[in-house]
Amino acid sequence: MSGPNDPAMPKAPAPQRFSLAGVLRQPLLGPLAALIIALVVFSLITDTFLKPQNLSLILQQSVVIGILAVGQTMIILTAGIDLSIGAIMVLGTIVMAKTAGASGAFVGLLTALLVCAILGAVNGGLVTWLKLPPFIVTLGTYTIIYSATQLLAGSATYPVADGPLTWLGTTFKIGSFTTTYGVLVMLGAYAVAWYALTQTAGGRHVYAVGGSPEAARLSGIKSGRVLMSVYILTGLIAALAAWAALGRIPNADPNAYQNANLETITAVVIGGTSLFGGRGSVLGTLVGTLIVGVLRNGLTQAGVDNLYQNIATGILVILAVTLDQLARRRNQ
Amino acid sequence: MTAPVLQARGLVKRYGNVTAINGADFDLLPAEVLAVIGDNGAGKSTLIKALAGALIPDSGQILMDGEPVTFHNTRDARAHGIETVYQDLAVIPALDIATNVFLGRELRRKGFFGTVLRRLDMPAMRAASSAHLADLKIGIKSVNQAVETLSGGQRQGVAVVRSAAFGKRVIIMDEPTAALGVKESGMVVDLIRQIRARGIPVVLISHDMPHVFEVADRIHVHRLGQRAAVVRPSERSMSDVVALMTGAAEPTDEERSGGS
Repeated sequence: MSGPNDPAMPKAPAPQRFSLAGVLRQPLLGPLAALIIALVVFSLITDTFLKPQNLSLILQQSVVIGILAVGQTMIILTAGIDLSIGAIMVLGTIVMAKTAGASGAFVGLLTALLVCAILGAVNGGLVTWLKLPPFIVTLGTYTIIYSATQLLAGSATYPVADGPLTWLGTTFKIGSFTTTYGVLVMLGAYAVAWYALTQTAGGRHVYAVGGSPEAARLSGIKSGRVLMSVYILTGLIAALAAWAALGRIPNADPNAYQNANLETITAVVIGGTSLFGGRGSVLGTLVGTLIVGVLRNGLTQAGVDNLYQNIATGILVILAVTLDQLARRRNQ
Repeated sequence: MTAPVLQARGLVKRYGNVTAINGADFDLLPAEVLAVIGDNGAGKSTLIKALAGALIPDSGQILMDGEPVTFHNTRDARAHGIETVYQDLAVIPALDIATNVFLGRELRRKGFFGTVLRRLDMPAMRAASSAHLADLKIGIKSVNQAVETLSGGQRQGVAVVRSAAFGKRVIIMDEPTAALGVKESGMVVDLIRQIRARGIPVVLISHDMPHVFEVADRIHVHRLGQRAAVVRPSERSMSDVVALMTGAAEPTDEERSGGS
């Protein structure tokens, strides 16, 4: 009886207006501001930083960690953590290079995808079905995968021939700006992950499961399925990162990327995603990856020692976690 | 006696050596507010969880409109039109209101974006959530805001709106006012009345006797894992009901058998 024009019925609220509080709640703003400040500072204090080839280099150096960090973001959003992500990727490069040597590049790629997906499923299975803490599960699988990689590689490295396996390292020009297909693939991975996480039901369920597992279960969400999907997808993303790694350096080395797991966590945290799960953005992680890339490159250009760069990155991580904690406390 | 919408017969649930409910019966009539009360440990939560599909009883039967039904999880109960509002676990604080209302039952866009790209129809979900909020007269400015920005009563309002939007047959509320202040509790009591006015029966689990007497049509008293009595608030005083709850008084034969 009450139609849409019935004055007794409150109208649907008007679209939200601009508000400072709303802007401050945007988690992307802090990391973005940090990135811009870093860009400005390094442009001012060095002559070499703002050159197109240097900016292109930063992007290319960020590709491997950047792709991996997409998977790490999803896992951290479910209130998990993946310490094995780098080891899975390195194993992926060895499998890719060895299989490609025997049966061709495409078989190599597919085998690596399969192996990485299975390892992701193992992590996911232990977390989901045995309900073990992700930190311990992936610490265990990290150790196992790292050692298995050494055994498989026999302490040798495996150079790969130019071709499909190095395709992501191929350069092309946009105006005077040279970049690689790997950079495009990284940006594509972020775009797809952003879409899936924010615009589809499955993505919202990732946030729900990470934010409040009990409420998610009571809402009828199949938490186990969500977790399994996230871990398997992360395995696939590790394989993609392995492909990109061979594009950058066409040599599969079992001792490469030793700190990749920690570097992805750094990127995720600096990007404003909460380690407690359910809060954050994959675009923040992209910004976080770029902040680390810019900081390292810029400090190198400014002649600062590598160890000081590590100290700077460490401080940034602690700062990011502090901000996250403060935001959580204010909201509770 | 009108035919009950939701019934349980002889439900039993054991946790190891502890028997939480021991042959519990339950009857919910159309368009009534049935309060379920009982001392801590009387097994009322277990009974309600079994009716909501949140746990599977060891034995006994649940019936809807006289037909036996089996709930393996909350999804099964929801598919039968039973919605539950939990104390404070029901909403995801970091997600916005519209997403919370439709969590697990999201709407997708029509056409290519929806079927192939599986894109959510956020505008439709926001509009529907706003309409439901307005319908129950819950004053919230924007359904885009995160639930954590709301007060306790507003959060509970979101949970009630969700259950009212989808609960076609039965709405169960587990201690909906336990965490709320006086004014906000009054708001929830109003919501319960509005839902009843639409002809949907409400099961209200509550410790708050004044609220129970204010809104309930009948009171199911749970004691020692069983239904001890069903009484009418018009026929019994609060102290009578407390006495029944603790075993200090005996119910009449009619009350013991589940009332009229």
